[in-house]
Amino acid sequence: MASDRTMRDNMGKKTRARTRDKEEKDGETKMAASSSVLSMSKLIKPLWGGRLGNTVKVFGPTLTSRRERSSAAGENIPLPAKYGGRHTVTLIPGDGIGPELLNHVREVFRFSCVPVDFEVVNVNSAMTSEDDINNAITAIRRNGVALKGNIETNHTMPPSVKSRNNLLRTSLDLYANVMHCQSLPGVQTRHKDIDILIVRENTEGEYSSLEHESVTGVVESLKIITRTNSLRIADYAFKLAREKGRRRVTAVHKANIMKLGDGLFLQCCREVASGYPDLQFDAMIVDNTTMQLVSNPEQFDVMVMPNLYGNVVSNVCAGLVGGPGLVPGANYGKDYAVFETATRNTGKSIAGRNIANPTAMLLASCMMLDHLKLYEYASLLRTAILTCMNETRLHTADIGGQGTTSEVVQSIMKLIQSKGQLTTDL
Amino acid sequence: MTLRAALCALSRAVRPGGCGGLPLSRTLQVCGATIHASHPRQGSTYTPPPARYGGRHTVTLIPGDGIGPELANHVRELFWFCCVPVDFELVNVDSSLTAEDDINNAIMSIRRNGVALKGNLETNHNLPPSYKSRNNLLRTSLDLYANVMHCQSLPGVKTRHRNIDIMIIRENTEGEYSSLEHESVPGVVECLKIITRVNSLRIADFAFQTARQNGRRRITAVHKANIMKLGDGLFLECCKEVASGYPDIAFDTLIVDNATMQLVSRPQQFDMMLMPNLYGNVVSNVCAGLVGGPGLVPGANHGEHYALFEAGTRNTGRSIANRNSANPTAMLLASCLLLDHLKLPAYAHMIRRATLSTVTETRMHTADLGGQASTSDVIKSIRNAIQSTGPLTQSI
Repeated sequence: MASDRTMRDNMGKKTRARTRDKEEKDGETKMAASSSVLSMSKLIKPLWGGRLGNTVKVFGPTLTSRRERSSAAGENIPLPAKYGGRHTVTLIPGDGIGPELLNHVREVFRFSCVPVDFEVVNVNSAMTSEDDINNAITAIRRNGVALKGNIETNHTMPPSVKSRNNLLRTSLDLYANVMHCQSLPGVQTRHKDIDILIVRENTEGEYSSLEHESVTGVVESLKIITRTNSLRIADYAFKLAREKGRRRVTAVHKANIMKLGDGLFLQCCREVASGYPDLQFDAMIVDNTTMQLVSNPEQFDVMVMPNLYGNVVSNVCAGLVGGPGLVPGANYGKDYAVFETATRNTGKSIAGRNIANPTAMLLASCMMLDHLKLYEYASLLRTAILTCMNETRLHTADIGGQGTTSEVVQSIMKLIQSKGQLTTDL
Repeated sequence: MTLRAALCALSRAVRPGGCGGLPLSRTLQVCGATIHASHPRQGSTYTPPPARYGGRHTVTLIPGDGIGPELANHVRELFWFCCVPVDFELVNVDSSLTAEDDINNAIMSIRRNGVALKGNLETNHNLPPSYKSRNNLLRTSLDLYANVMHCQSLPGVKTRHRNIDIMIIRENTEGEYSSLEHESVPGVVECLKIITRVNSLRIADFAFQTARQNGRRRITAVHKANIMKLGDGLFLECCKEVASGYPDIAFDTLIVDNATMQLVSRPQQFDMMLMPNLYGNVVSNVCAGLVGGPGLVPGANHGEHYALFEAGTRNTGRSIANRNSANPTAMLLASCLLLDHLKLPAYAHMIRRATLSTVTETRMHTADLGGQASTSDVIKSIRNAIQSTGPLTQSI
């Protein structure tokens, strides 16, 4: 934990220097900046047989904004804290337990004097018009970072109503979903010593929402796998593995049946793996993977996979470490980042009853603080949460205890206060 | 001609639900097999292929790759030892050849015999995509539309969860396994996942009938209809329609990610699960992992006229082949399912009881269960158990 932090601090210093240089350069005309960006992109992407149109589209937002981002995972330069040193983050409450948990996050942030302001954007999932979600997307484009609860997708609505969560992810091109499943010391589970990092492709695959019924009674769903996206996610996974000091990356696939689709994914992973000789790479079929996960999950280190397998595997891992209330998830794109709980549950049945587990959402907000380079606040909050986890009487119903959400949040705030940090009154 | 017409009329009458859009040729194609075979399946009044030659059944045996051949040999030896009236017709399928002759011979043999026992055939990823998975070819050609896997906690096997008893019904022919893929633009691959009303109704009906036969109370359909609205939405709709015809059986639905998470934390809540092909693959492997691994669970593939039995999780076990360390339990239990299907319950019961009593003995656990016994040790112990219970056996 400490070594991670010093590594990140060192990186932070380098990128801060780079930002200063870039801001000096921004005094020049925008055209020069854009041409330098384009030439840089041509250097960076020899693998992708770069279609220029694609490059320009991906860099589109960069040209118009002042934010220059490198393509490496985790080296993203956060937005400058413009207004009095305070960051503005979009907050999307969502449905079910989302609103109450995000209220708690806001409370804790206000209590710990974290320099983050939340811009709340409500998305009503019951409406068929897409205005709400478009507003949310604009807000995230403006702020660059968001924290969200899950938005419910009602199956009984006509198929033209697309999943709001999916729309968000694809419009903002949040191509990597990262989930870190770790056995927490205070939580009783059947498996111990699990530490798996799951990198899941977030925009294509089975979630393309392209379906049609050519003949009545026969539905075709299209699963799209593209070379560029597979290379991109594989690259992200290997970079992340390197950054976090991981040894092995396992690709999960079903290429014996979907030869072209998952075969392409596997091929791209292998290509990228050849550029990282220090990391071990292997591949496993998804059914064998899930079986191994259930019997022997300690063997996995970093896993990379397309969208649907990612969904299943991440839920299995979340179940192994203690349930949906404990694991945070992050969705990273080139320019934006959205943080949420990893298993994306709305928790409709426990909404409004003060029994939801706030850990996942609070840990997600810590990941957000890490992303904004507010490391001290992040580690403070994280330590408080994990200490709280060790006390069994503060466990909520989903991990077998009887504590309420407010009790857990209160004790976290007390722990933060006891560290001597400047806090507002309780 | 009249028989054909009668069958078509019958099929149209039987399926009023809404397959009106299907052209006649399709109906004929589905019924085509019925005309040639002589044993239409009718739920619980099913009659197995008659034991023609001296009261002995003939069953196709496909050894497969990896641990398949050695386990198939053990099954044959055990059947011979127990004087089971089954003769095996051995058909070897070489998975490294690109020609489809081998697998076509196997399919023809199964059409002739009606029942088969097989090991898994390996699908090499390095061969060109035109080379289809042999297992998949077998299942689709014979229209083995239902895969049934019964996962039960066995008393002697130590697992993290207890009291698991889940029956998994998985659609076996369509869904993501349609092998229809194309690359219209270089670097962009489209895989087609097909869900049809006919097949969804069929598998749902199979599931509810099986539930009724086995005294199951609840069926859970697993889907991802929030994302694949048309595809899994259709599947879900068909399940709901069929469920309305079985008011004694409770029916609920669960999204696949939530289902897998629940399986890992609390698998005792599930009774019977019904799902399309890919989710079935994942869920059945998770359940197999929960009850003790791939060496313990048998699987059955049922079609209108044919039945195929194999190890539930379809592993080739290449890394442990020929080392005498494979767990024969799954294959032996699959052969018991075969005997049940052939209406030879006494033999099935005898072999099953011996196998399960051997599995409960910890010193007879093979490496995958954490023990050190070899396959031959386990088989010997099963033989001893059978001999000691008294029925006629060959001399060892």
